[in-house]
Amino acid sequence: MILTDETIRQIKIRMARYPSRRSAILPALTAAYKQVGHLNPAIYREIARVMDIPYIEIAEAASFYTMFPKHEVGRYLIQVCHNISCSLRGADNLIAYIEQKLGIALGETTPDKLFTLIAVECLGGCATAPTMQINDTYYENLTRARVDEIIADLRAKEEQDNR
Amino acid sequence: MEKVLFTHVDQPEQHRIETYVKNGGYQALPKVLRDYKPDEVIDIVRKSGLRGRGGAGFSAGMKWSFVPRDTPKPKYLCCNADESEPGTCKDRVLMERDPHLVVEGIIIAAYAIQAHQAFIYVRGEFVYPAFRMEQAVAEAYAKGYLGRNILDSGYDLDLVVHTGGGAYICGEETALLSSLEGDRSLSRIRPPFPAVEGLYGCPTVVNNVETLANVPYIINRGPDWFRSHGTEKSPGTKIFSLSGNVKRPGNYEVDLGVPLSYVINDLGGGVPEGHTLKAIIPGGASTPLLLPHQIDTPLDFESMAQAGSMLGSGAIIVIDDGACMVWTAMKLIDFFQHESCGKCTPCREGTAWLKQLINRIEGGEGRPGDIDLILDVCGNIMGRTICPLGDAAVMPTESIIKLFRNEFEYHIDNKTCLVKTSYPLA
Repeated sequence: MILTDETIRQIKIRMARYPSRRSAILPALTAAYKQVGHLNPAIYREIARVMDIPYIEIAEAASFYTMFPKHEVGRYLIQVCHNISCSLRGADNLIAYIEQKLGIALGETTPDKLFTLIAVECLGGCATAPTMQINDTYYENLTRARVDEIIADLRAKEEQDNR
Repeated sequence: MEKVLFTHVDQPEQHRIETYVKNGGYQALPKVLRDYKPDEVIDIVRKSGLRGRGGAGFSAGMKWSFVPRDTPKPKYLCCNADESEPGTCKDRVLMERDPHLVVEGIIIAAYAIQAHQAFIYVRGEFVYPAFRMEQAVAEAYAKGYLGRNILDSGYDLDLVVHTGGGAYICGEETALLSSLEGDRSLSRIRPPFPAVEGLYGCPTVVNNVETLANVPYIINRGPDWFRSHGTEKSPGTKIFSLSGNVKRPGNYEVDLGVPLSYVINDLGGGVPEGHTLKAIIPGGASTPLLLPHQIDTPLDFESMAQAGSMLGSGAIIVIDDGACMVWTAMKLIDFFQHESCGKCTPCREGTAWLKQLINRIEGGEGRPGDIDLILDVCGNIMGRTICPLGDAAVMPTESIIKLFRNEFEYHIDNKTCLVKTSYPLA
């Protein structure tokens, strides 16, 4: 089993909230993503069993939503907005700066599996551009100095967790 | 200028129910439940002239009135918080900082259409706004504003905060309903309209966050007060998300009908020093561009249409002379291609063609005839799709080519930009 008892409990709570349990497919995918960090067919199978919904319906929905990575990513998924409002405030250079800083290209993961860098569509942080999201957290009004600080903080946190 | 929706957003504890109530919140709801029949609420909102703030600008009261009264089916209200159109970041502010205003608006709207189940569909990336909404909903249940027999009125309502999966298409109301039903988020042919056959095949109203946030104020102060803001056909205030090349980007609430220049220059400080204004995307990434000489166009639905664009969601994106317009077109089309749901062939294939063509020109590999090919593809998308996403991809593309065709030609002839885009990271 991949899903923990807590995730399954979360899925069941959500199923009870809707007139149709199929409506809880997206919330179930979200709960699984929060636990695992990505989604894959093995996870769809477990969700299908918990929800008593055919596997294909779970897979079909999951494959539509690009917010959920479909393969393993680093502990911190750095998602930089590359749409117009952020681009007018340096998003292209923000991506280049993070690539250089972490020594990886867009779509890649650092060898220590700590960071994955991707570009995403508009995050709704246009008036505070450039904006990026790392896991659940938004970081806005980004500058080189701020990026340095954010990455350093996450690395320090990781070291502390490993101690 | 009087702020309405943003009156309390800067107060640190406004998201908590005690502060919201202290600041006059949850006064409209008891009034509605005590004094008004559902039809009377619809009437008040219709008289106010409130129009949808998500982009289409349709009369909210009219939309509610389309819900059949005598159906045995359950009815549903969905608050559309899938804010995803590039440039738009206003609903997030309301959800994060005044979530009870949104909740109160939802309850009143649900009562008006006699729904007993409501949803708020929050885009998946908005973890924090969704958390704030969840917290507000829990507080509202605890105080008896949600649940069984609300304030002893006999009216019941449940409200579920639903989070999405990061798809722009979910902001289109029929696609939102598909997504809420657990399907891939594909849009549906209208008619039947959601008001007749929406969620689970039942009558459903879908309203934007900002639209619903206006409702408690309209109830408290009346339709005439609402009409004292804005213009005759576009009454009320509107939150404009100002982004791009301005000194002070931000979300600004102003009366509808103020000149575009007031938001860009007076509030936003104009373009940065040493630069000049080149173009304005006035209503979100899907709207045709305006040129500098149109900067005094009034920000209301009619004036924007007359100027050849749209008020849309009120997302004003300012572009200065540092941008290559082929690059701008590429940024826009890359978004729409990624977000096309794939259901309609013209949009699925057409946006991919447009992306390929525009990227090829931007990459210095444009061929003679590419510009006309782009326009031809645009013509084969426009008006040929179930939902407006196809049109949304075409409108800015056609507009940029019309206004800046010389930059595309220069690009193709010289394999490089006429203007080298360079926006440094501070």
